[in-house]
Amino acid sequence: MSSVRLLVGTKKGAFVLTADGKRKDWAISQPHFPGWELYHLKGSPVDPNRIYASQTSGWFGQVLQRSDDGGATWDPVSNKLIYDGVPGTHQWYDGTPHPWEFKRVWHLEPSLTDADTVFAGAEDAALFKSTDAGQSWTELSGLRTNATAPGWMPGAGGMCLHTVILDKANPDRIVIAISAAGAFRSDDAGATWKPINKGLHSAFLPNPEAPVGHCVHHIAMNPAKPDTLFMQKHWHVMRSDDAGDNWTKVSGNLPTDFGFVIDTHAHEPETVFVVPIKSDSEHFPLDGKLQVFRSKSGGNEWEPLSRGLPQQNCYVNVLRDAMAVDQLDDCGVYFGTTGGQVYCSPDGGETWQSIAENLPGVLSVEVQTLA
Amino acid sequence: MASIRVELPLHLRRLAAITGYEASIDVDTPITISRTLAALEARYPMLEGTIRDHVTLKRRDFLRYFVCGEDWSFDHNDTPLPLAILEGKEPLIVLGAIAGG
Repeated sequence: MSSVRLLVGTKKGAFVLTADGKRKDWAISQPHFPGWELYHLKGSPVDPNRIYASQTSGWFGQVLQRSDDGGATWDPVSNKLIYDGVPGTHQWYDGTPHPWEFKRVWHLEPSLTDADTVFAGAEDAALFKSTDAGQSWTELSGLRTNATAPGWMPGAGGMCLHTVILDKANPDRIVIAISAAGAFRSDDAGATWKPINKGLHSAFLPNPEAPVGHCVHHIAMNPAKPDTLFMQKHWHVMRSDDAGDNWTKVSGNLPTDFGFVIDTHAHEPETVFVVPIKSDSEHFPLDGKLQVFRSKSGGNEWEPLSRGLPQQNCYVNVLRDAMAVDQLDDCGVYFGTTGGQVYCSPDGGETWQSIAENLPGVLSVEVQTLA
Repeated sequence: MASIRVELPLHLRRLAAITGYEASIDVDTPITISRTLAALEARYPMLEGTIRDHVTLKRRDFLRYFVCGEDWSFDHNDTPLPLAILEGKEPLIVLGAIAGG
């Protein structure tokens, strides 16, 4: 019988949650790396026992970990993520030039074809790659040296490269997103990059349609339809059908289109999930009601999903990497909150149950579907 | 050469799988903070980058070095450590700031 393994990164450690295919009864591991911030953990689609984890701390900096036994045990791998050449400058909050400074890894994206290859998205924005299971790292510096880079500016959470999307149908294609620079795409395996922000509108920018400077919060892609991308921007939910060359707003009837997470159904490429958040100054759900919104039409028409979710006095946030879907026939949807709850819907969003209630604030959620 | 006691914060001891409060590191003379940390990192490579920067070797902002009750965090990286440290009577203390939540 199939089972699922949830990898939950929190402000104070990582947790591995497991259940059988019914996804009703869950076991929660003891904390891994207690006391550290676990920004992201993700398993290799090639070898599910291979999991990479980004462990970070304001005191001790960045550590990267690897498990070869499904998260039971871990070994530190290299944390030498060093910018290629002499790092230049980007814009600081006040508009002055500021040197690139490495702070942490926000997102790890294992290769779709090789368990030893993994990408790391970093703050200050850069993309690193390891082809030896994390023993060494090389920056794909064509991104950071893009002509637009000196004009990039950090968002409130830092200038983080938080989204990395690989395309099995086109191994040379990589899509990434940076707060608050925008989305970028490489069609030559990371050697060169171009901004893909046409159609985005950000009212806070002097030129709201500028080529870069947009605060993209997250992007999702269903592998069955790789040219279609869905984006949760600072404000606005967007859609592209040409791999990011052009974007269209699909916020439709959402009660608010501010938010952080976005994901697609595992088997229905036009089914999309978001968690609307009240505003950029009030990072919690509208009216204290935690609701996932689902569109089955690729956007514009959204329905609230709330059965099993708290509908009063709920003032948590759901951060950008804290939603995931499993691959079971009845697609499971998962998300974690800054209040330390993890929710599971075993039926594509129709019903929800709390599967962890008192973890530290959740930074990321990934799920592995195991045979 | 002397065997130097290095007291580390809990998080780094766990990362390096060091039992007890201290690591004991053989360091060639002249024995300084820089050379002791280099020997520590050679013995425990997972600690590279966690106490000082990989490239600049600058101490991380929220850590301090204490030697015989004195703060040696600033401008003492290449100062020979005192006899009490060399004789193992005192540890070199790497201390994490009391900060955060």
